Amino acid sequence: MNSRLLRKQLSKLFELRRNLKLNNREKSQNVAFKEALSPFATMIDTVNGLTKEQCELRSAVRQFMEKELPQQKVQEIDKKGVFDEFRSFWQKLGTMGLLGVTAPAKYGGLDLGYFEHTLVMEEISRVCGAIALSFGAHSNLCVNQFVLNGSEEQKERYLPKLISGEFIGSLAMSEVNAGSDVTSMKLRAERKGDYFVLNGSKFWITNGSEADVIFTYAKTSENGITAFAVEKEMEGFSVGRCLDKLGMRGSPTAELIFEDCKVPAKNVIGEVNKGVYVLMRGLDYERLVLAGGPLGIMQMACDQTFEYVHQRHQFKAPVGTFQLVQGKMADMFTRLSACRAYLYNVARAIDKYNDEYSQAVGTTAFTKYCAGTILYVAENCTQVTLDAIQLLGGNGYTNDYIVARLLRDAKLYEIGAGTSEMRRWLIGRELNKEYLNR
Amino acid sequence: MSLRVLVGCKRVIDYAVKIRVKPDKTGVVTDGVKHSMNPFDEIAVEEAVRMKERKIASEVIAVSCGPSTSQETLRTALAMGADKAIHVEVDPKDYSNMQPIHVSKILAKLAKDEKIDVVIVGKQAIDDDANQTAQMTAAFLDWPQATFASKIEKDGDHLKVTREVDGGLETIKVKLPAVISSDLRLNEPRYATLPNIMKAKKKPIDKKKPVDLGVDLSPKIEVISVEDPPVREAGAKVKDVDELLAKLKELGRI
Repeated sequence: MNSRLLRKQLSKLFELRRNLKLNNREKSQNVAFKEALSPFATMIDTVNGLTKEQCELRSAVRQFMEKELPQQKVQEIDKKGVFDEFRSFWQKLGTMGLLGVTAPAKYGGLDLGYFEHTLVMEEISRVCGAIALSFGAHSNLCVNQFVLNGSEEQKERYLPKLISGEFIGSLAMSEVNAGSDVTSMKLRAERKGDYFVLNGSKFWITNGSEADVIFTYAKTSENGITAFAVEKEMEGFSVGRCLDKLGMRGSPTAELIFEDCKVPAKNVIGEVNKGVYVLMRGLDYERLVLAGGPLGIMQMACDQTFEYVHQRHQFKAPVGTFQLVQGKMADMFTRLSACRAYLYNVARAIDKYNDEYSQAVGTTAFTKYCAGTILYVAENCTQVTLDAIQLLGGNGYTNDYIVARLLRDAKLYEIGAGTSEMRRWLIGRELNKEYLNR
Repeated sequence: MSLRVLVGCKRVIDYAVKIRVKPDKTGVVTDGVKHSMNPFDEIAVEEAVRMKERKIASEVIAVSCGPSTSQETLRTALAMGADKAIHVEVDPKDYSNMQPIHVSKILAKLAKDEKIDVVIVGKQAIDDDANQTAQMTAAFLDWPQATFASKIEKDGDHLKVTREVDGGLETIKVKLPAVISSDLRLNEPRYATLPNIMKAKKKPIDKKKPVDLGVDLSPKIEVISVEDPPVREAGAKVKDVDELLAKLKELGRI
């Protein structure tokens, strides 16, 4: 080859390389994320005794989530605070079959147990805490409450659409002045002929701004609460402001406003004035399934951290080989493993013995276990994500790495669906009952 | 005319797994390693299922040769939309010596037995990268072949297949019955959704043995040694083209 031509071609190559480098640098600045699963990932299911079907379920959800929601996108959602493709993503979840894990097959559900529901929650949360939270609100708080409490007609009307992802579901319980003290709610429903007229508002409602149907609790007498299926098109219903949150930023949280909102009487779920039983009945399952959320976040925190400490070298050695770092790794791993064992154990027990308790009114023997699970998993999750940031050091404190997001997402589970304080109060009360009623 | 389609699905070490060579150099470590369907075969299954959805095909049969674990791969094919599956059971000892020629003979025999109109397989498996099965199957059947397909269309009694060749795209017309191998850009395979995974458990898997099909598995090739690729030696950085040219001259390359 003549040397002039060679020189020209080489120059081109140099330029190409330079551009490529620049491109890569831009990319890597967006999100620093290790795709690799931890080497101990395959052991998790073995140690926890999952069945072959449960292993398949986990890997199917994992594959789906990693492909449909890459970390680059998740970071973008976190930064923006909004997931623009929320609705189309919901349809993908529906097609995949994830929106009705515990619902009967005749409505399109998978007809599986709470254990599987928890597993799905964990895997979604591992990839994106915010979407998992919305998933929990939809599939457990809304879909499962319809399954447990809805009439046949209501199930046929709502479940197929909620399970296919055509409808987004939500549950409205809290109000500005009724959080932990939920029965002090002010939303009133008055019967007028074939309708109930609702007046008041709800606050901190997950999926509130996107929801097509909202499982709503309102006061129908001085001490009586009733559950209603409210649809977003109903006259007098509107969405107030959307909340700007510390974490869980892709999960829409909104205020709901009811101004002479007309809800047909056929939309009453369960009996009038008996809504508090409907409400209480769902709480054990809610605590259980939602505990999969912090578990998934914790798994991701460990996956990211352990990989990082083996790539980061200081004093000519991977930082993971220094004893203080090793100690933290061991603590993170042990917390994660203990939380998983506790949660899986309670979830399996619920599936096995649930029939004996499913018709119970109020709290059951499972209540303190379910409350204990989410209390323990949530608090450990915050600690593990804090440790993750510590081990990632200066990088962990930036939003280029995903562990900062994990911490912000994790904190929600000590507050949402009941605060740690209320969970402790409940466990204590349940324990005391057993002694006081001897 | 509605076509009956046979799709080959090989169970291979998952593409994301880091491959390790066995210490005795007879092969690579497969025990306790994640396996999945060969990605090119996934594309083949997807294409067959799409042909069925477009009413070009009437039935899609997935086939896999290997130990009992191959059934997992067949379940995936069934969950993606194949109607039934055939598992050609090969015991693990024979399987380590199984080569494309054996698989081709099995596919050819099954294609005759099942009155198949189109055989689709991946252009190669990501474990041995042999790229032989489609070609040899076509030879055993004496059917036309369309390899490295990036587009398949029905054209009367023929199939119009666009192939990816070095210089660009080549479009050919093949008479049916025919053998096709799928290339990377033929389609993007769907996921097996959970309801379909559950339905797939109820679909039938026929079991056959190579002997039943009259195929002798004695190896035609002996593997002498399997080794890791050599570790790349560090290069040197040059500032600009002039320095590069000087270096190349120094090394006597130009």
